[in-house]
Amino acid sequence: MNANLRRRYLRDWLMQGLVFLGTAVVLVPLLFILYYVLVQGIGALSPAFFTRPPAPPGEGGGGMLPAIVGSLVVDSLALVLAAVFGIAAGVLLAEYPDHPLNPLLRLVVDVMAGLPAILMGLVAFVVVVKPLGHFSGLSGAVALALLMIPIVTRATEGVLKLIPWELTEAGLALGLPRWRVILSLVLPAARGGILTGLMLALARGAGEAAPLLFTAFGNPYLTFNPLEPMDTLPLKLYVYAISPYEDWHRQAWGAALLLAAAIMAASFLARRTLRR
Amino acid sequence: MPEWIYRRLGDRLFATLVAVLGLGVVGAALLITVVLYQGSAEAFRTFGFFGFLTSSVWDAVRGVFGAWPPLLGTLITASLALLLAFFPALAAAIFVVEMAPRWLREPVAYLVDLLAALPSVVYGLWGIFVLVPLVRAHLELPLFTWAAARAPLLVPLLGPPTGIGLLSATLVLALMIVPYASSLARDALALVPQSQREAMFALGATRWEVVRRVVIPYARAGIFSGVVLALARALGETMAVTMLIGNAVNLPYTVFGPAATMASLIANEFTEADTDLHLSALVAVGFVLLLLSLLTNLAATWVLHRLSRKEVRR
Repeated sequence: MNANLRRRYLRDWLMQGLVFLGTAVVLVPLLFILYYVLVQGIGALSPAFFTRPPAPPGEGGGGMLPAIVGSLVVDSLALVLAAVFGIAAGVLLAEYPDHPLNPLLRLVVDVMAGLPAILMGLVAFVVVVKPLGHFSGLSGAVALALLMIPIVTRATEGVLKLIPWELTEAGLALGLPRWRVILSLVLPAARGGILTGLMLALARGAGEAAPLLFTAFGNPYLTFNPLEPMDTLPLKLYVYAISPYEDWHRQAWGAALLLAAAIMAASFLARRTLRR
Repeated sequence: MPEWIYRRLGDRLFATLVAVLGLGVVGAALLITVVLYQGSAEAFRTFGFFGFLTSSVWDAVRGVFGAWPPLLGTLITASLALLLAFFPALAAAIFVVEMAPRWLREPVAYLVDLLAALPSVVYGLWGIFVLVPLVRAHLELPLFTWAAARAPLLVPLLGPPTGIGLLSATLVLALMIVPYASSLARDALALVPQSQREAMFALGATRWEVVRRVVIPYARAGIFSGVVLALARALGETMAVTMLIGNAVNLPYTVFGPAATMASLIANEFTEADTDLHLSALVAVGFVLLLLSLLTNLAATWVLHRLSRKEVRR
């Protein structure tokens, strides 16, 4: 083997090693995080964690019930809002390709997808919190919906474009008007992909705390009314993590485990339907 | 139901409904811009747009606000995090597409993408209780003691080795943006035609030479868009940074010491702002963040356009 070849082999070997190392540098911290969340979190998940409101600072005990309920309320409101606007925008982009609004809409969706989440919180603060005069779960849902709309729109447009045009033609040939074709043929055929998009959007929104800091704000008392301030799991996690109390730290790990498990399940489901 | 209602009016109504909702999305985007612009008007009127950007005093008590420190903090953390994240992200993409055995591809790709699914607050929590003590004990203290003994000039540059500050925030930020760069790079690498690789192997190239000379150049547009996406994430990332950076708006920043980014400043002070000017200054910081995000996106579109026009599209 001549020297030149040996040098090339050595280089190949070295670079492959570096690639391997780089991958390890990414995966090891992830496993480290997952391990810690699991080990620290599992001890905090007692029945009280799910069924009790928070105890006063430093007292110990108490649970996350208001935050769990708040997460469910705020996230489902946000999902409904994002689904209505996001799916409609996706239908417009995919099924009415010549609509004059489309170039602008496509640009807007791309830009919105890249905006920091905290800006959505500022907007919801000005548009919802200020006119109402107080923080509310609803304003948090609006902020999260702004975050989720581009995800839903992109997913909807993408999957609608995959539906064969023959399906639309078949519907039109049967004498169905356009709107019935879209509602009864195209959208049902695209159901899986749209649900995937909604799931991804939910996974993204459910973990956000930044836009909720000054919209949903947080509330230690149990409430189902979205017009009142509400706690959500990420918000509570943040407050507990930066607090000085040992017991709150423990509960923060519990919230992290619950949140991570829910979000991982959602994105895993989405990924599986996406591959099918 | 008469035929014309079902047919004509139905189509008309449905198209209008969809268009109105689509217009709502456009309106929401305009609303974001208008709201942030109007909200920041008072701050810009008081300090001037460029005065606000370049002044480095942020003092809520005296009512003087300049956005330069948080702007600088954002630029530093985002670019350093991108620098740290780029090669591991690319390596993970190359590993999945080019090197891993078939059975390992999906799991590794899934795990990398999982990094993007984990909430920001979870990173922050892990950062506070696991990473910060580690960084303090094994990175900052040794460096600090070394500098104190050998290179005292470096001490003011390094800052207090408390673990909470610029370094820890940047490390976590880097980890958080890896999946964005990696998954787009992975898609781009996977789109490179197999014939390109085979031609190169047939010429006697090693695996690395194939990757370096053919696959990466072919996929560079996709790799680049991943980098931009990661940068956009890094600019706006809020919670984890807020929990780890120490939130000190005062210059000068040091390597270990506390600092602030635009997003962390807003998150930290918005609910505590009690004067209109303070509130307006925070919204103005948000407006600057908006401009920065838009600028990043536009620059990326432009470069991507040039990259893909010259030869291969991604």
